[in-house]
Amino acid sequence: MPEAYERPETLDSALAILAKGDWTVLAGGTDIYPAATDAFAWGRPGPQRILDISAIGSLCGIDEEADSFRIGSRVTWTELVEHTLPPAFDGLKQAAREVGGVQIQNRGTIVGNICNASPAADGVPPLIALDASIEIAGPSGRRVMALQDFVQGNRKTALQSGELATGVIIPKRSAAARSAFLKLGARRYLVISIAMVAITLDLDADARIEMARVAVGSCSEVATRLTAFEETLCGQEMNRNLVHLLGDEMLSPLSPIDDVRGDASYRLTSAKTLISRTLSQLTGTP
Amino acid sequence: MNDTSHRPVVTANFTLNGKQQTFEGSPFKRLANVLRDDFTLTGTKIGCDAGDCGACTVLIDGRQACACMIPVAQIDNSDIETIESLEGTEGLNALQKAFLHHGAAQCGICSPGMLMAASELLAVDAHPSRTAVEDALGGVLCRCTGYQKIVDAVMDAHNFGSIETLPHQGLAVGERLERVDGVAKVNGTEHFGSDMAPADALWLRLYRSPYAKARFQIGDLDDFIAHHPGIETIVTAQDIPGENSFGVYPQLKDQPVFADGHARYRGEAVLAIVGMREAVEGVDFSALPVSWEQQDAVIGVDAATSDSAAAVHENTPDNVLTTGRLRKGDVTHAFETTAVAEGSIDTAFVEHAYIEPEAGFAERVGNRIEITACTQAPYMDLDECARVLGVEKDAVRIIPSACGGGFGGKLDVSVQLPLAVAAWKLNRPVRCIYNRIESMASSTKRHPAKVSARASADAEGRLTGFEMTADFDTGAYASWGPTVADRVPVHATGPYLVPNIAVDSRSIYTNGPPSGAFRGFGVPQAAMLQEQLYDDLAQQLDLDPLEFRHINAIRPGVPTATGQILEHSVGLAECLEALRPHWKKLRAEAEAQNAAPANTRRRGVGVGCMWYGCGNTSMSNPSTMHVSLTRDGKLTLFSGAVDIGQGSNTIMLQICADALGLPTTAFELVLGDTDLTADAGKTSASRQTFVSGKAAFLAGENLRAKILRLANAGGSAELRLEGATVAVSEGDRTTHIALSTLDTIDDAGTVLLGEGTFDPPTTPLDNDGQGNPYATYGFAAQIADLEVDIELGTVHLRRIVAAHDLGKAINPTLVEGQIHGGIAQGIGLALMEEYLPGRTENLHDYLIPTFGDVPEMDVILIEDPEPHGPYGAKGIGEPALVPTAPAIFNAVRHATGVKVTQAPLLPHRLKAALDARAEEE
Repeated sequence: MPEAYERPETLDSALAILAKGDWTVLAGGTDIYPAATDAFAWGRPGPQRILDISAIGSLCGIDEEADSFRIGSRVTWTELVEHTLPPAFDGLKQAAREVGGVQIQNRGTIVGNICNASPAADGVPPLIALDASIEIAGPSGRRVMALQDFVQGNRKTALQSGELATGVIIPKRSAAARSAFLKLGARRYLVISIAMVAITLDLDADARIEMARVAVGSCSEVATRLTAFEETLCGQEMNRNLVHLLGDEMLSPLSPIDDVRGDASYRLTSAKTLISRTLSQLTGTP
Repeated sequence: MNDTSHRPVVTANFTLNGKQQTFEGSPFKRLANVLRDDFTLTGTKIGCDAGDCGACTVLIDGRQACACMIPVAQIDNSDIETIESLEGTEGLNALQKAFLHHGAAQCGICSPGMLMAASELLAVDAHPSRTAVEDALGGVLCRCTGYQKIVDAVMDAHNFGSIETLPHQGLAVGERLERVDGVAKVNGTEHFGSDMAPADALWLRLYRSPYAKARFQIGDLDDFIAHHPGIETIVTAQDIPGENSFGVYPQLKDQPVFADGHARYRGEAVLAIVGMREAVEGVDFSALPVSWEQQDAVIGVDAATSDSAAAVHENTPDNVLTTGRLRKGDVTHAFETTAVAEGSIDTAFVEHAYIEPEAGFAERVGNRIEITACTQAPYMDLDECARVLGVEKDAVRIIPSACGGGFGGKLDVSVQLPLAVAAWKLNRPVRCIYNRIESMASSTKRHPAKVSARASADAEGRLTGFEMTADFDTGAYASWGPTVADRVPVHATGPYLVPNIAVDSRSIYTNGPPSGAFRGFGVPQAAMLQEQLYDDLAQQLDLDPLEFRHINAIRPGVPTATGQILEHSVGLAECLEALRPHWKKLRAEAEAQNAAPANTRRRGVGVGCMWYGCGNTSMSNPSTMHVSLTRDGKLTLFSGAVDIGQGSNTIMLQICADALGLPTTAFELVLGDTDLTADAGKTSASRQTFVSGKAAFLAGENLRAKILRLANAGGSAELRLEGATVAVSEGDRTTHIALSTLDTIDDAGTVLLGEGTFDPPTTPLDNDGQGNPYATYGFAAQIADLEVDIELGTVHLRRIVAAHDLGKAINPTLVEGQIHGGIAQGIGLALMEEYLPGRTENLHDYLIPTFGDVPEMDVILIEDPEPHGPYGAKGIGEPALVPTAPAIFNAVRHATGVKVTQAPLLPHRLKAALDARAEEE
């Protein structure tokens, strides 16, 4: 059992606690407990100083602001799915339904998924595809940074000592913007991705692609955008030929690894297939 | 150090099953433990402590959550509902009744989680679709049922609101009786290994080797204990009063209870820390005075059999534990014929993944030791404990707890021996609950196999020859390795007439986890290749794969590979005939679907067959059952057959009741306790219904004969138990036997005792593997209908159609449950399960099928009666699993042309095979 456990009710007191040494931040608990289980099995000490943020009121809820949505760091996958949001969030909602089982979706949080910084985090590709930023509170006040810069590697984020991730900010898109998400795993439920793809397309008045974001997860340490492909997509009409614009060289930002779930070359070809199918979903063509 | 004085404390107030409660203690304590330890609500089960299995699912403010991942601090002001809340004053709720009726609970360990997840769904959707049920329950794993009956029960729950189930009357055999131990499985009162222990029991925690091979030295443990308040003792190899060894075979006790200076696999027990729970759980293993010297491990059979391989055991320099051999006819010229197929396959370690990790407790009672734990083999446990403690067998009592799944993995002892040694040494009760990771790291596995084979057939499609060599990785210790090496040659050809056969098998020591018994004892691994080769032959001969099997199917009077002539209960041809219409329809659909151009999803329909000998191979394996009637009219069946979820408690009762001629409701049951019941052998080898069931039949018949003799009545007389009187009616004449007037034969007041013993007739196998190894065999054929996503290499199962000849279905619901569960495990074996020590030793990296991975299953029961069996019945446990993976692989081949050479067929492997094939063309 840990030597310290704090469950403050305000962000200020949480920051005051964080100012005193290293803490493991606990929200839904769905990453911390499995890690503690693994540690216990082989006789390593579990987390010793826990900051439980689940009582902080200001971290609740999904708020609509003038040009963005803010998802507080206590918001669970289920809350997200049940919240009415524009079609641009469909991909994120699809991802939410693929996180663990319903039990995990009911407790696990979107921001926790980001901060855990697993290369296979289901929430990260759709959020990157939505151009999300992370909101951070710390000793020197509030700062916001792009999610892509925030997640820096396997289990590594840009969070500094004394800082707490308080939410995700997603800029508003046009009403025509849409998104989709696909995940590949070796079984149906409760599965860690072998590869996943999230795409957001914003359309202009003529239904041409004005902005495209294509993010691939589980194929590099951090979910990665395929910017060359995105640029190619811009200005295109929505049709089944979009996928033919994806050249192999456009996948070069990906650096997949071999592991028990799949080898690197399989991940690459699968990512390509998933991109094609995600585009088909968005264009409504088979 | 364990200074706990400054640990944080929380006070949480919450509603628990409708009552206001308060908890005070560590805020980080998992809700699952709070429920079980602080509120004795042990209906919430702990399967993994990591959110991977969902067994601990409860409702928090109406929403399902894994109680193992909730810090108790977070439930302040919450409303918690557990399994114990479902049963009202009027008994089981509709969902629970539906579970019982449909046979949705087998072992019952996942049932509380399933029921709570379903409760969340039904609260908002009383008539859910199949997909809605799967989505809502998808976070709970079941290893027994294959999920189908659970889905059926949840979808059907709305019909059980007002249904009162009446006790069954009349003949029991062949009826869909609800399982006799079912209520406890759906209301949370069933006691599994971790659910009970004396209040003053100390806790035992095992320290295990983190290395596959290493030398180690243990330093000053007294000093360690002195600095760790709350630790009572540390038990090592030096503390064992008898022999520090155990093993399945009397001559092969090669596994130490505690490794003695030399660890041979990752997960092997080194020492046991015993004391107060918090102290024991708080030990940082790096503080233990154990120094390690890691050595190069022998991994895999190729490494183990290379010239330079180190010996895993000094007494076995070539690492070959045992060999199996079969020769029939002459294979020299058998392959000079029209069609010859050749191939090989590699398979992986497969984990049983029962949802209940091993657990139990031991108590010294005077000069006896009593052990309560989950097990499949109480009498084997008894023998092992006596040997390790150095006491007589009558000084050991084994009381099986409810068993939350076994599948072969709980045949070998686990917690029993360390617990016995510690409780004996300390003269205090001691308990132990394995965590999921140590359960996976330490327990036995299915043998990885390297199999090569060749098969041939003549122009008419008749098999002419079969050759196979199979090397099985038996890991660090023998366990059931010899059984696998023996069983595989007998079954290697599959259930077909083959005149010329040569099979050689070996079990080989490595530094892997011990491979033991797992549903099929090596036969599934061999069948995954053999059945593919027969499809190859059929293709070469332009014969339909199902018809090719029908031509060659073993039939009555035709010699098996061991030269055995089976005269009865050989139902394979009938199974194939029952499948034929399904086969034709599905194959036609598949071919039509595949004719569409540029389709990335290819449909395939494949068939697999199997046979499986019931009981031990050419070895005596008797069961004995008793049924007693006391002077006050109490009728009791004493069954030592352990029900691990398959339903033997119900089956034994159904058989005995009909043999005796009284309804099942007249009986009480005494189950499994080695002090109270006779030896009914182990729950393995698909033997309980066939062997113990026959003993239950004979016991019932024996008691009936005694009653009829007292009444001077004939065999057709009807019995009624009326209080302390047995009424015997024959025609118009009724005789009343007042039981109180009969002499008692024991202290329990027994006046009449029926006894039955059955040992299936077998003969030894000679040097060529010829003889009668089993008294009877189960037969089956299954069809797999699936789609292969040729771009991603994934397999989507559409349907399994399974036809099984099991002699007689004593209880069709339970039989279907066995077949569904076997199919689900076969799907896992074929497509996803691969245990890699140190890498997939938890239930998120080691994948077993979920709700969405098991398709709808159609079960066709063929009842070709077995004269030796009770009411014609034979075994179904293992036959259910064997044909599934072969059928899937043949369907993949039908869809894509790919031959499977490595199991599991993970998506990246199938994709690589598809790419390689595309390149060839």
